[in-house]
Amino acid sequence: MASSAGPDFDIVETRDLSRFYGRRKALANVSLSFKAGELVALFGPNGAGKSTFLGVLSTLLRPSAGDVTYGGRTAQDLGDAARTRIGLLGHELFLYGDLTARENLEFFGRLHGVTDLDARVGDALAAARLEARGGDRVASFSRGLRQRLALERALLHAPRLLLLDEPFTGLDDESAELLVARLRQLGGRGTIVLIATHDFDSADGLVTRGVCFRNGRTRDLAAGSGTLRARYRATLQEDWT
Amino acid sequence: MTSHSRLVPLLLGVAVVMFAAAPFVIDTAPYESSMGLVQRIFYFHLGAAMTMLTSGLVCGIASARYLAKRSASADHLAYAAVELAVLFGTMVLVTGPLWARKAWGVWWDWEPRLTSTLVMYMLFVAYLLLRRFGGAGSEVLSAAIGLFGMALVPFVYISVNLWRTLHPKTSVLPTLPKPMLVPALFCLAAFLILYWALLLIRMRMEAARAEIDAAYLSLED
Amino acid sequence: MIGVFRAAWIIARKDLLVETRSRELVYTTLFFAVSCVLVFAWAFVREGKPIDNASAGVLWVAIVFSGTLALGRAFERERQSETLRGLLMAPIERAAVYLGKLFALLVLMILVEIVLVPIVALFFHAPIGRAPWLLAGLLVVGTVGFAAVGTLFAAMLVRAQSRDVLLSIVLYPVTVPVVMTGVQGTAAIFAAEPDFGLAQTCLTLLIFFDAVFVTLALWTFAPVMHE
Repeated sequence: MASSAGPDFDIVETRDLSRFYGRRKALANVSLSFKAGELVALFGPNGAGKSTFLGVLSTLLRPSAGDVTYGGRTAQDLGDAARTRIGLLGHELFLYGDLTARENLEFFGRLHGVTDLDARVGDALAAARLEARGGDRVASFSRGLRQRLALERALLHAPRLLLLDEPFTGLDDESAELLVARLRQLGGRGTIVLIATHDFDSADGLVTRGVCFRNGRTRDLAAGSGTLRARYRATLQEDWT
Repeated sequence: MTSHSRLVPLLLGVAVVMFAAAPFVIDTAPYESSMGLVQRIFYFHLGAAMTMLTSGLVCGIASARYLAKRSASADHLAYAAVELAVLFGTMVLVTGPLWARKAWGVWWDWEPRLTSTLVMYMLFVAYLLLRRFGGAGSEVLSAAIGLFGMALVPFVYISVNLWRTLHPKTSVLPTLPKPMLVPALFCLAAFLILYWALLLIRMRMEAARAEIDAAYLSLED
Repeated sequence: MIGVFRAAWIIARKDLLVETRSRELVYTTLFFAVSCVLVFAWAFVREGKPIDNASAGVLWVAIVFSGTLALGRAFERERQSETLRGLLMAPIERAAVYLGKLFALLVLMILVEIVLVPIVALFFHAPIGRAPWLLAGLLVVGTVGFAAVGTLFAAMLVRAQSRDVLLSIVLYPVTVPVVMTGVQGTAAIFAAEPDFGLAQTCLTLLIFFDAVFVTLALWTFAPVMHE
């Protein structure tokens, strides 16, 4: 694989994970487990705890109570090396507008210690269908193009756990299709993909599992053969206590 | 907590008695040659200054502990200590100019110790402002300020003294003659006992606030 | 995982590259610093002559004010595309992010100072040629002290409310020893009867400050950045 050896794992678990700020509970006793190859959608209204959950899993936020384990080891045990296997794509994409697409990829690739950087950057630009625009400043890209680039940036180091926060926002159809195809590919390779999203249509047919968030608590998406949206609505009607 | 609830009234009681006795104890000290009665304010000025410094130290240590362990009680202690540092600091910055005015005719003449106190005071106020206006998560940020503040004390002292050596003034305090030492220590002890009591009270307030927050959290379930 | 200094260098290089592209910080910081000096000129120049030895103070205040603005602006830029989170997600020691940003800021501030010192000398008749290495030493070491604390605080405040004013509020008290000693040493060089011994003492004190506070900042950066 591309990055230097780091701890690998094929299961990520949270046990009674909670996070509070003063009087607000952003996450309340969340216990979930994710296995290699799973593509999981996280649904829920704004403020329900999806972003916080992704934040804790990415190790950027620390739990107020409970823990997260990656292959049985906590973030504390793994230290900085934990992040060799985790990729995060937030709302804001983490791209430097003043740098070119290629420079952005090279920068993050170097920080991750990616070997064979030129080849990997070339592959990434190709996967994002941005070969022609590698030398253009990112500030000149549309949202869709930036998203594609950002995704490839998050994947440069071949993470085992990929966390996406509202990746479909503001995407045109072509970019959304590309994203779905790419994510499906990753699932096939054994990556654990968690997608917080409101876009039921794009997630339909992509994800194998759904988790619904409300007020910091979670509930598995109701089983059934209907669309994701319908199943989500059904889950909200259930008794969450 | 029960040991604390008996300790606080005891400390307050002792402090009140000591402050009541203070004028009499001070009276046993001789008058300072040049300044006369005015110099008496020094006994309280010194007490307040040492208490402020102590509080700053407490805050620094508690802040370091909070940064390392994220323990809520360390945060409560740091916050309480800063507030008291500002309180006693205000006392120093008020008694200082009062003394200076009567003794040397000007309200403020950049006396090194007073200037150093002012710098530390600004830092403590900055801590409080950060706490109040920094939004969520400012406990960690203010802990960093607290820690830096403690590390800063020797540098402030040295640089202010360096700054002032070019313009020496008779405001430099001569070494304390023995008869003055006893009342000075007595007042200092009174201040520190009062400080300890106030610290415990304030910490208890913070702990109570945290308990209310925790109650709100469990209510949501 | 790559080493801390290598990572810091990669980050610093990136910051400098971004800055060469936009040049926003260099131009605005420099212009602000010069405006600052001009404001002081209106205040401290009487009948066409600057009052005694105002130059040292003016220089350092202009550096501190413009440095604070540059700090705030540099991190505000990171905040907008959340790129600071991107940096924190990299599998590098957190200290590397601090060192990288510190180095980039230092380069910026020293560039500004290289332009600022002759301008202050011009307007305030300061004898900068008298002991150029000592003066440069004071400025560089003092700037390191200011930037060391400033980088930590600016990074810390990135997600706080009222961050722009809070940065100044927390930064100025902590950097009092730097400014005081820096001005003292610089004034000693510029004085009618220069005192190089005093200037050297100031330099030594500043070196100690830097050692203590860079270390302290390195220790606290990781815990402070971990929310």
